[in-house]
Parts: sequence; structure tokens; C-alpha cells
Amino acid sequence: MIFGAILAGGVGSRMNIPDMPKQFLPLGDKPIIVHTLEKFLTCGRFDCVYIGVHADWVTYMNDLVKKYTPSSADRVRIVAGGADRNGTILNIINDIESNYGEDEKNIIVTHDSVRPFVTIRMIEENIDAALEFGAVDTVCAAVDTIVSSEDGKVISEIPDRSKMYQGQTPQSFRISVLKDLYNSLSDDEKKTLTDACKICVVRDFPVHLVEGSITNLKITTTGDYKIAQAMLGCLKAED
Amino acid sequence: MINQVYQLISPKVFSIKYTDLSFSDKVIVRPEFLAVCHADQRYFLGQRDIKVLNQKLPMALIHECCGKVVYDPTGKLSVGQRVVMIPNTPIRKNDVIYENYDKGSYFLSSGHDGFMREFVELDSDRVVAYDNVDPRVAAITEFVSVGVHASTRFDLIAHQNRDRIGIWGDGSLSYTVANILKSRFPESKICVVGMDKRKLSHFSFVDETYLSTDIPENFEVDHAFECCGGEGSYYAIEDVIKYINPQGTLMLMGVSENKVGINTRMVLEKGMTLVGCSRSGRADFEKAVELMENEDFQRRMKVIIFEDEPVRSIGDICRVMANDLTTPFKTVFKWDI
Repeated sequence: MIFGAILAGGVGSRMNIPDMPKQFLPLGDKPIIVHTLEKFLTCGRFDCVYIGVHADWVTYMNDLVKKYTPSSADRVRIVAGGADRNGTILNIINDIESNYGEDEKNIIVTHDSVRPFVTIRMIEENIDAALEFGAVDTVCAAVDTIVSSEDGKVISEIPDRSKMYQGQTPQSFRISVLKDLYNSLSDDEKKTLTDACKICVVRDFPVHLVEGSITNLKITTTGDYKIAQAMLGCLKAED
Repeated sequence: MINQVYQLISPKVFSIKYTDLSFSDKVIVRPEFLAVCHADQRYFLGQRDIKVLNQKLPMALIHECCGKVVYDPTGKLSVGQRVVMIPNTPIRKNDVIYENYDKGSYFLSSGHDGFMREFVELDSDRVVAYDNVDPRVAAITEFVSVGVHASTRFDLIAHQNRDRIGIWGDGSLSYTVANILKSRFPESKICVVGMDKRKLSHFSFVDETYLSTDIPENFEVDHAFECCGGEGSYYAIEDVIKYINPQGTLMLMGVSENKVGINTRMVLEKGMTLVGCSRSGRADFEKAVELMENEDFQRRMKVIIFEDEPVRSIGDICRVMANDLTTPFKTVFKWDI
């Protein structure tokens, strides 16, 4: 079976809007996360689309699903998020296994709720590649030269730009592979994880690449939010 | 959800417009294969009058397209059902005037965004389901439906002497009309007049082909279809008037940017009927799908289809449009955006 997993566990502290996580901010006529959910629901290959959201916002998210996607509500499940991103993914996997059982072939397509500009092409290619290879990351070839610095003061290294990519989402996995690799990590190794693909990379499990897009923007800061509004033609002068 | 619309903003320049698309009372379709029409090329190359370009751009091109249903609020079409999409959009029901000529009807890719979009939302009567057609062929259903429309009107208007029907032109439209006429009027002899021997050689299923420079003096047809357009319209119409039998019907199908001189003295003398035909409506699409489900008909259409590499970016769109200029017939491509 094929599952979507929209990750919305964070509380959005970086945007200085303390009362509402950023994925619930309006973009045009609806919250950012609803745009993302609708795009996932256009993919008929998903048996179920999960949303992992902070426990305090589960009821609110439920209301949004009923309001904006009532005809597809039976394909959506909402799960309380974990302590971090991978914790949220594992909570979703636990729910999948309790409700649908375990199957070696099950795959999960994880995605940031605050990337509403994801395209159906990226989702479809994630599914195809996850079915074939077991682990997939969506990336965008680096446009700017990447500079690395150990101390933040001087350049340590300038890697070959042609080999540099920026990681986006979706990130997709065969659930059995992701679980086994994660469980094999020590607590110290788990602390180094910045995203789910790193679980595979740490254990040398090959992660295949799907072409993302610079427009697959992650809305993290107020500036990103304004760019997203401008892209959709809904940035007002007072914004 | 956020939808991507690939608009031509000026000749050869595309830009992505982002729009909000909701799950509402409309059917949502994911385009699968698209086909290029001469009309798209005229916008792409900037060959329309500058006033027209200024008025109609920015606009998404392409009105020949098939896709898969991702959402149907009526529940009539299941998710994943393959459909062809009708670009003509009437604003009222009219029992006398065809929907493609009715006042107020508009056309997607002429003043309204065409099908170069991530998703297309349409009223449920603007999609026609199909099953037994290769989607590469289904992509040109609109093109076939235009021929169906002309042949339907021909059947209603032309007198019953239909022994020989002439088609002027040797391009995709002529080929498609010939295929349709051969299928709908099997008793009639279909004669095609063209300018290119190589292109005429594709018309394996018609009864006679002639080079326009080599038409026998005693050549005659009962009725005719003009499928040239452009500069060729004048010469084709001139020929038809010369070779058509009294009270013959001429179906005009080729688009010309310039005014075309017509020998009205002879039109009057022969009592001819000239019928303008453009675009098509739902009934024509349904008939086109029915025709294409016939294996022979479909195989013949495949002969004039060139499949270009899939399109994943704006650069790919420009590549397809450029490649289309170098191929003699229809260019079809997978929409992978």
C-alpha cells in the first residue's frame, strides 16, 4: 500500500506569530496545509494521506479537513506528532501498522506541510522511485556556489557546485527499510539526524534522487510567506 | 491547492502563473498527452496581429489534450478514468445554433487559458470518457472532432450525389478528414489533391491522389473539402470551383490570416454552397471517440503522429514547439510537469 505523510509537527516559532503554527496561516483563500493536502489527494495512488500535527492542533486540523476536503475526508487520517520530525514519522508508521498491518512493500511519501507548491509530478516520481529503490529524496541542483565554514568566519571549503543539491521534500521510503535502519541507530546517532533521508545515509542505504524545483518553496520565515503570497498573486500592499 | 499554469507571455516566452484550485463542483483532470495545433504555433511565433497578441496574451496554449480524472464531484467518472477535454465552452443551451458558433461561447487557448496546466478544472459536460484508444492518439481527439463536425454538417447540407468527394490539402487536417469521410461515407470515392508527393503517399486508404499541378482536365467531384488554409486557400478554392459539379458543396476548413479572393461568378453559375466550418462541440467529440475506438481508424491516425520527448520544464515546451515546425504532421507529447 502507498501512504502520504504530511508533516506539520512544528509550532512555527520562527515567524513570530506565536498563536498559530505557520502551516495554518492563510495563503489565498485557505490555510497553507490545505493546499498541500489537496495536492496529495489528487494522487489517486495513495491509500491514505496522513497528517502528523502537534497534539494541541489535532482537533483544529480535523475541522480543516471537514471544511475544505469533505468528499475526501475518509482518505485522510490525523495523528499527533512526536518530539521531532522523525518522531512524527514513526508515530504515523505506528498508526499505519495498527490500522493496515505490516507489509514489506508498503511505502510512505513524507512531505513538509509548508511546501504547498509541490507538484503532482514530484509526488508521482517519489512513489515510482520508492517502489523501485526503497529510499528517495527530492532535490534541486544548487544554483549558488555552496561555501562551507567550520567557524562561521572563514571559508573552510568550496565544494564542486555541480555535485551540490538542495534537499527538499517529498522524501519517500519503503516503511520496512526506514524502520529497520532507524532502530539500528544509537541514541547519539539519532541526535545527528536532520531529516529522514539521513537515517539511510548514516547506514549507507542508497537514497535515489527525484528532481525538485526552486518553486517547491518551504515557507519558514515571514519573507518566504510573502514570496508565496506574491507567487499566488495575493500579496496585499499592507502585507 | 496551488495549480501551475504555463502561460505564453510574449512570443517564445513562457512564465508560470500560480492559481488556487479548489475541489468544487467541477471535474479536475490531470493532462496526460498534449498535441500542438497550427493556432498554437501562430501565437508562439508571434504570427498573429500585434493587437490580437496584446489582447490574448498571457495565455496557456494547447487545446488538444487527453488526461485522467483526479476528482469528479458528480461521481459519474471514477478517479483515473481517461478522458478527452473539450476546449469549446458554451454559456447557454441553444437548440438551433451549434455550440461552437453560438454567441458568448469561448475557447480555451484563445483568450482563455488552454491545457498547459498542472491540473484543468472543467464542467462535467466538457469531458468525454474513453477507454480503447491509445492516449497518444486520444490527444488529437479535438483535431479529429473538427473533421467530424465538418463531415456531419456536410451530411446535412450536401445533395445526395456523392460519388466523388474531393479534399484539397495534403496535411494533417486533410488526412484526418479523408479518414473520417472514408469511414462515414464508404460508398463515396475520396480524391485528395495536394502539393507534396511524399505527403500524399501517406493517404494509402483513399481512392485517388493528385498533385495540384497535375490534375487531369476531365477531373470532377460532386463535393469538396478545403483543408489548406493560409496562402494555399486561394488556389485550392480556385481549383474546387473549377472542378466541382453543379450545386456542389464546398466545406471551408483551412484558416487564413488574410482575406481570400473567390471567383463568385462561377460560384453563382454552378449554384454552389460554401460552408464555413470551425472547431467542434460535445457531440463531435463523442463521435470522434467512437471513430477512434475502431482499430483501423486509430492505426491510420497513428501514421501522422510524431511523439516528442516528455515535457518537464519551460525549456522542454520551447523544444517541442521548435520540433513541431520540422515535422510534417501532428506533434504529441507527454505532459510531465
